[in-house]
Amino acid sequence: MDKVVQKAIASDKRWRAVYIACGLLIVALTLLMGAFLLYQGSQTFIKAHHSIWEFLFTSDWAPLDKTGLFGGKVGAAVYIVGSLETCLLALIICLPFAIGSAVYMTEISPKIGEKYFRPATEIYVSIPSVVYGWFGMTKLVPLIKNIFHPAMGGYSVLAASIVLAIMIFPTITTVSADAIKSVPMSYREGAYGLGATRWQVIGKVVLPAASGGILTGIILGLARAIGEALAVSMVIGKTRSFASNLLSPTSNLTSAIAADMGNTAQGGEYNLALWTMALLLFIISIVLIVLIHKLANGKKDK
Amino acid sequence: MEDKITIENLNLYYSDFHALHDVNMHIQKNEITAFIGPSGCGKSTLLRCLNRMNDLVEGCRIEGSVKLDGTDIYGGDLDVTVLRQRVGMVFQRPNPFPMSVYDNVAYGPKIHGVTDKQELDEIVETSLKQAAIWDDLKDRLNKSALGLSGGQQQRLCIARALAVKPEVLLMDEPTSALDPISTSKIEELALQLKKDYTIVIVTHNMQQAVRISDKTGFFLLGDLVEFGETDQLFSMPKDERTERYITGRFG
Repeated sequence: MDKVVQKAIASDKRWRAVYIACGLLIVALTLLMGAFLLYQGSQTFIKAHHSIWEFLFTSDWAPLDKTGLFGGKVGAAVYIVGSLETCLLALIICLPFAIGSAVYMTEISPKIGEKYFRPATEIYVSIPSVVYGWFGMTKLVPLIKNIFHPAMGGYSVLAASIVLAIMIFPTITTVSADAIKSVPMSYREGAYGLGATRWQVIGKVVLPAASGGILTGIILGLARAIGEALAVSMVIGKTRSFASNLLSPTSNLTSAIAADMGNTAQGGEYNLALWTMALLLFIISIVLIVLIHKLANGKKDK
Repeated sequence: MEDKITIENLNLYYSDFHALHDVNMHIQKNEITAFIGPSGCGKSTLLRCLNRMNDLVEGCRIEGSVKLDGTDIYGGDLDVTVLRQRVGMVFQRPNPFPMSVYDNVAYGPKIHGVTDKQELDEIVETSLKQAAIWDDLKDRLNKSALGLSGGQQQRLCIARALAVKPEVLLMDEPTSALDPISTSKIEELALQLKKDYTIVIVTHNMQQAVRISDKTGFFLLGDLVEFGETDQLFSMPKDERTERYITGRFG
C-alpha cells in the first residue's frame, strides 16, 4: 500500500480514538456526578435513618452539625416550598411578556424583531446572575419596601420571583419565537383565507400549533429558575420559615445550599441533609429534561 | 348571465417586477372559470388578487379594480375579512390545521361569531356532506386532521372553506399534489358545487380545464392572452400563442 495512504489511515485512527475518549469522558463525568450525588444525597436516609417523608413534607429543620452524630431534624419543606413558589410565580409573571414578545418579533414586526429584539434578548442570557441579584437588592427590594411597606422589609418571595422572571424571560422568549417561526406559512394562509383577523390567526392557529415548542421553552426556563442560587439568595431574605404572603421573606433550596455548604462538618447530619437537597434539585432538573425530550418526540410522532 | 367578479385594467407589481399587465376579465356566476398557462405566468397571482391574499406579500402593489357584485374590493367599502369570507380559497397543498377534523371545519364559523354548539354541529355536517367526505369522516370527527390521506385532507379543506358560506370558491391548483383517483373526486365535487357557487380554478393540467370549466383564460408572462368559452378556446383558439401552448408546441 502507498505510504501516504497508510499514514492517513493511521492518523485517522489516532484522531478517532481521541474523539471517542473525549466523548466517553463527558459521559463518564456526568454519570459519575449523578452517582456521587445519589450516594451522598441518600446518606440522610441510609446512614442517619431519616424518612423521605420527613425530608420532603415536614418543616422542622435542626440537623446536628457534628461528624457522625445523628438525631436532629431534617424537614426541608420550607426550602422546597420556597423553591417551588418562587419558580411558579416567576413563570406566571414572565409568561405573558415572553409570549407577547415572541409574537411581536415573529408575527407583528419580524424585521425589527430579528434585527434588534432578538439580539437584545440574547444579551440578557449572558448577564451574570450576580448582576441580576445586585439589581434586585439595590433597586427592586427598596421599591417593594416603599410601595407595600411590609413588616420585614422588601426582601421577599415577590422580589425573588421578579428577579427570576427577568432571568428566564430571554430563554422562554427565544425558544417560543423559534417555535412560532416554524409554524408553516400554509396554516396562516388557510386561516387568513377564511376571513380571520390577524389576532384570530395568531391566537387560534399559530399559537396552538407552536404550543409544543412554547412548552419546551417554559420547561427550559423553569430548569434555569429552579437551579438559580446567587440572584435569588440576594433578595429572598433567607429566613427559615414559610412565607405567609408574597411580601414576606423565606428561603429556598439553592440559597440554603450556597449559604451553609462550606460551614458544615464533613459527613455530619447537616452536611448530608444539604447533599440531599442538592440531589433533589438534580432530580427535578432531570425530570424537566425528560419532559422536554418527551414533548419533542411527541411532536415528531405526529 | 351576470358578472360575479369584474376585473378591470388590473396591473400588479412585486416591488419592481410587473407581474400582471392590464388584465380585464368577467367572471360569471355559477360557472367554473379556469386559469391556465406555464409556471410564472401570473395565473396564481391573479387568483390571489380576488380575495386579497396578495396583501400578505411584502412589496405587492395593485392598480386597477376588482369588483365583487359591483363593489370594488380594493376600494375600502368592503372589509378584507368579509371579502375573504365571501370569497373562499383552497390551496395547492392541502393545509388542514393541526387540530381535529371537527375543529378544522368549525374554525371559520367560530371566528365569524357562531358559538351555538348545535348550530356548529349542523354546519360541520352540511359542509362535510357538500364536500362529499361526510361518510368517510363522520366517525373520525375528533381525530387529528393530519392523519388523513392527501385527497381527504384536500376535501376537508374544501369543507372548511364552505363552512363560512362563501359565494365564490378560489382553487389554486387543488389537485396538483393528489393522485388520479383523488383528483377525479375533487373534479366531480367542483362540478356539483358550481350550482351554488362561482368557482375559479388555477390548473396546470389542461385536460382538467377541458373536463370541468365553462370559461378558460390563458396567461403568458403576465398577460391574459385569451379568454373565452372553454370548448372554443381549446378547439379554435384565436391567438397563435394559445394554439401553440394547448398543442404542446410551446417554447
